[in-house]
Amino acid sequence: MAAPAVGIREVTKRFGDVVAVDNIDLDIADGEFFSLLGPSGCGKTTTLRMIAGLEYPTEGSITIHGEEMGLRPPNKRPVNTVFQSYALFPHMTVAGNIAFGLQMQKVPEEETSRRVGEAIDLVRLSGMENRRPGMLSGGQQQRVALARALVNRPEVLLLDEPLGALDLKLRQAMQLELKEIQREVGITFVYVTHDQEEALTMSDRIAVMNEGQLLQVATSEEIYERPNTRFVAEFIGETNLITGTVSEPGVVKLADGSLVRARTHSVAGSTVTLNLRPEKIDLHDAEEKIPEHFNKLSGTISRRLYFGDSLFYEVDFGHTVVDAREENRPGRPRFEEGAPIIAAFHPDAAEALTE
Amino acid sequence: MTFTAEEPVTAELEARAEKAESRRGLFLALPSYIYLLLLFALPLVIIGMYSFASRSRTGMPKLEAWNLDSITKLFTDDLIRSIFARSLIVAVLTTTFCLLAGYPFAYYIATRSEKARNLLLVFVMIPFWTNFLVRTYAWRVLLGEDGLITELGRFLKLWDSMLFTLPAVYIGLIYGFLPFMVLPLYAAIERLDWSLIEAARDLYASGWEAFRKVTLPLTKQGIIAGSILVFIPSLGAYVTPDILGGAKTTLIGNYVVNQFLTARNWPLGSSVSMAIMVVMLIATIWYFRSGAKTL
Repeated sequence: MAAPAVGIREVTKRFGDVVAVDNIDLDIADGEFFSLLGPSGCGKTTTLRMIAGLEYPTEGSITIHGEEMGLRPPNKRPVNTVFQSYALFPHMTVAGNIAFGLQMQKVPEEETSRRVGEAIDLVRLSGMENRRPGMLSGGQQQRVALARALVNRPEVLLLDEPLGALDLKLRQAMQLELKEIQREVGITFVYVTHDQEEALTMSDRIAVMNEGQLLQVATSEEIYERPNTRFVAEFIGETNLITGTVSEPGVVKLADGSLVRARTHSVAGSTVTLNLRPEKIDLHDAEEKIPEHFNKLSGTISRRLYFGDSLFYEVDFGHTVVDAREENRPGRPRFEEGAPIIAAFHPDAAEALTE
Repeated sequence: MTFTAEEPVTAELEARAEKAESRRGLFLALPSYIYLLLLFALPLVIIGMYSFASRSRTGMPKLEAWNLDSITKLFTDDLIRSIFARSLIVAVLTTTFCLLAGYPFAYYIATRSEKARNLLLVFVMIPFWTNFLVRTYAWRVLLGEDGLITELGRFLKLWDSMLFTLPAVYIGLIYGFLPFMVLPLYAAIERLDWSLIEAARDLYASGWEAFRKVTLPLTKQGIIAGSILVFIPSLGAYVTPDILGGAKTTLIGNYVVNQFLTARNWPLGSSVSMAIMVVMLIATIWYFRSGAKTL
């Protein structure tokens, strides 16, 4: 098997007494759009900076296409970075910024200007060549930063929350554009973000980090549908976490004694947390309409919020309160606050987590 | 026509309110205006007029006989020309030395932790707590016959007493003006966005290339400000060359004082003063042209 684009082996980074990255192992495949996702301070940016050579690991090994990076300085690594604040050189023009890396590599002038032109076309900044970064909008600066890195055709492109400073509309447009560009150039992208939605929509695979540790590395779908810990379940999207005990494999006993069928992975008697997404719960006024094998729990609506595309209910089961989301479609019943209902969900929708 | 504050606003009323506002500003600035006019602008005009006057037998300028004699002398008198040239060289070299010594030091301060930074800045400013004259006389002791630096030079067999020579003047000037170079440089380097250096390193620049292509151009303002702050007082320096230099190292500042106090040739002293001012003015304009917003 070919060596991974980025290989991280037992890497730890300490700043004084603080452990920023705690003994992580990670392989990022060639051509992959890979996201490092986690709350601020989880070590994702430090991991990225170690790949770039802007920080050195305290211990461990980082390889790029099998080649050990060790203490190699950033200018000797086949990677480029798109910085969070863009870090465009304010005293150079757009073209000057983009040409910088090629000039430093002593690429012949003719080739430099041709490649700079191509990069400017790629990020659709034609006509802006001679402007200074200070005269550009946030979105344009972002594209310059992207072009400045891509023009060097790095083996791996590192992106540190590149869309964090943009407003929502622009961010969504840039997400699509980034993904498009990645497909076009075929370079491995390592993308750092704290925005779970961004990570889900863009990535081939996601690594969820917290407190310096890798919690789960999987595809977007797997991360959302099958989180392996409470932290991942709560961090990605909205969810309900219900405490219970495994009474037999595939059956969990809740606090009020009711039994629900769920996906369990632990032995009978162990305490678990059921992870149940709000959109996977169906609300009904009568039992007859519910398929046989579904779990059924009776409760009352304690709160209702109108979201336009959906309706959001808080359902009180006595021992716990659960959020449910119903799509706003004709034919679906609507419930008032205080109404008694039956909540139903498929056994596969509830995952029993042990951590 | 009077108006009260509580009535609908019209364009005319708004204009009058704005005018009143600017009158208040002028009133507040008046003391400074008067001070500058009487003690700066007026003497400058007088010196300017004296440059065109002729010298009476007692040495006082005679205003009734206007001429260009002292101005012409600036360009024809070999002594003045050589002193001027020497002063320019001294000012340029002092500025260069201060820059070469000050930049690494300012860079060092700016890259320390905040606590260490403030402490180091206090160290830079401590010399200002002692009178400049006293400090210059201290150099006289250090550089004199039995001075510490002289003893050291003799021990190393490298130099003897430097007092009353040009090197002593350089030492005194660099010592005196180095803080004026360090402080603006520090301010410029401290403001630097360090992620730009990281970006340069990430884009294949070596440490030196990143410094030359990014750090240096982005701290240009500090370099220019510091250079002006050192160059101008070096060019007009009087105390340092007077105390540490000898008869052979007369600089333009000492020459001006001599013309006024000893030679009693006020018109010549005035025109030399004006010439120094022109050089400084050119240097300052060059500074503002370079894009600086504040000095």
